[in-house]
Amino acid sequence: MRRPLAGAGQDTSPLAGRRAVGVQVGVRGLVLTVGLAGLALVPPIAAWVGEPFYVDLFRRVLIFALAAVSLDFILGYGGMVSFGHAAYLGVGAYVVGILALHGVQSGFVQWPAAMLVSLLVALAIGAVSLRTSGVYFIMITLAFAQMLYYLGISIEEYGGDDGMRLVARSRFAGPIDLDDPSVFYYVVLGILVLALALGRRLLNSRFGMVVRAARSNERRTEAIGFPTFRYKLTAFALAGALCGLAGALLANQTEYLTPGFTHWTRSGEIMFMVILGGMGTLVGPVLGALVLLLLEDVLSGYTEHWQIVLGPFLVLIVLFAKRGLLGLLPEGRRGDA
Amino acid sequence: MTAYLVLEQCLNGLQLGVMLFLMAAGLTLVFGIMNLVNLAHGSLYMVGAYLATSLFQWTGSFLLAALLAVPATLLVGMAVEIVALRTLYERDHLDQVLATFGLILFFNELVAIVWGRSALYTSVPVALAGHVEIVPGAPYPAYRALIIAIGLVVALLLYLLVSRTRVGMLIRAGASNRTMASALGVNIRLLCTLVFGLGAALAGLAGLLAGPLYTVQPGMGDQILIQVFVVIVIGGIGSIRGALVGAVVVGTVDTLGRAFLRPMLSTVLSPSAADSAGPALASMLIYVLMATVLFFRPQGLFPARTG
Repeated sequence: MRRPLAGAGQDTSPLAGRRAVGVQVGVRGLVLTVGLAGLALVPPIAAWVGEPFYVDLFRRVLIFALAAVSLDFILGYGGMVSFGHAAYLGVGAYVVGILALHGVQSGFVQWPAAMLVSLLVALAIGAVSLRTSGVYFIMITLAFAQMLYYLGISIEEYGGDDGMRLVARSRFAGPIDLDDPSVFYYVVLGILVLALALGRRLLNSRFGMVVRAARSNERRTEAIGFPTFRYKLTAFALAGALCGLAGALLANQTEYLTPGFTHWTRSGEIMFMVILGGMGTLVGPVLGALVLLLLEDVLSGYTEHWQIVLGPFLVLIVLFAKRGLLGLLPEGRRGDA
Repeated sequence: MTAYLVLEQCLNGLQLGVMLFLMAAGLTLVFGIMNLVNLAHGSLYMVGAYLATSLFQWTGSFLLAALLAVPATLLVGMAVEIVALRTLYERDHLDQVLATFGLILFFNELVAIVWGRSALYTSVPVALAGHVEIVPGAPYPAYRALIIAIGLVVALLLYLLVSRTRVGMLIRAGASNRTMASALGVNIRLLCTLVFGLGAALAGLAGLLAGPLYTVQPGMGDQILIQVFVVIVIGGIGSIRGALVGAVVVGTVDTLGRAFLRPMLSTVLSPSAADSAGPALASMLIYVLMATVLFFRPQGLFPARTG
């Protein structure tokens, strides 16, 4: 219940966010550069220490990072708490799997198709869910994702409950051969970097400003004359498409797809990656995916019951480190999260 | 014969609806008063089911198992509230969702450690293994009939508790304005713990009743939780009346869809097409219903006056 003028100079205004997103200097910038270089060096280092398994693990990290970045786009900047984001992961994966099963092997067809179908599914889900807000929105996105999960289980043609094997990895032209672990790794890394760059640009564009303004104060944004529903729906659908691409990558990564891709615990994990790394930062989710998946890998080496550690860890992060790992770094002028 | 089949499936739907109501009532009360989205509510159902099943196997008496398991779940619920959830009331929904998601991981794994990952099976207690004739000439399993009866009695008691007693008055006061109720001298913290315990006990009761009908396994609470969300969204968050109506509607639609959609489709489609489309559509039916309701009434059928 703020008076109209009171919010104008506050941190939550879109303009403050613009300054914050545009500039990445000091410790934060350094960490980012070092982190990116480190990720680029994973295949040679893995080959050097003779553990090719790490290429596989880090590729998985990057794929989930892409999914988490796409969620951060609507969660951190748009304020849309979508608890069914793994749905698009499953949709993208199944588009690739089904096309491959019917003889379409080209990645140039499969991947855009995965994005397009995810976009359409997200449009449909968003069109219903965005009519509501708050808790309703959380529950509805969750329920829709679960609906797709049950749909996957009941379609016997494509494996039903057991899932199905991917016939072959997507084919591309020339030297891009996904069966080569390092090449596949760099393809994923390239896509992630591209997504981060485009995402940042989009968030600083007029479109991104309106989405973020709608998060700060939907009524005021609408009063200025922006149809916030359409802007939010577009952002929601774009995030779905990006997550669909992550799903296409994941299908190639595992070479096996199950309805479990869309399971709601998967959605929860992706959301946790975003929070763990730092919501509303775009690069934070990459860090979150890295930490969470490596932690899972380490813990599961000790005990099969690693989730009994992960659960309370999650609770503690939410209770005491809400700003995420990136928020621990100095010069924490982030977005309005 | 067909009429009998339809009647039986309707009763099954009512039975599922009643189970969903037991869950939804607790969840919606907790949301109404504490403004808390509790994903871990399904875990309490699971804990109740496990406690009841092993107590039943151990003591051999279903009644004794019930008398021990429900209060035990109540205590577990209150402990969870005091340890983890109390600090979340003032946080936004995102935090609540994530933290309670963490609790789900914890409880699922804890149950897997204590009881193992494979499912537990129990049979219906001997005294309830027979059939009753609710409508003359139509025998119906006594255990399922008992669930329906218990659910309806609980709904009635809950209504009386909330609208006719002093505690209910405090609950309503807390739901409509926490700060004001607290300023008037109501011990809101205690009230929250009690309400949470009540919700947990209802979830435990649902788990207890579910034991002999469904498989008792880690993660069993998550499946029903999503259905309960659909119930609450359809009924309107925070409204017990909405929870009851939503639960019966969802239970009936889901059960009838699973039973009759395939035969109905096979009259229009080829048998093979009906075989694959039937189950797929049946499992999506309640979500389509939810989307439809939301399209016309974004706040659910019975929007609560507050929150």
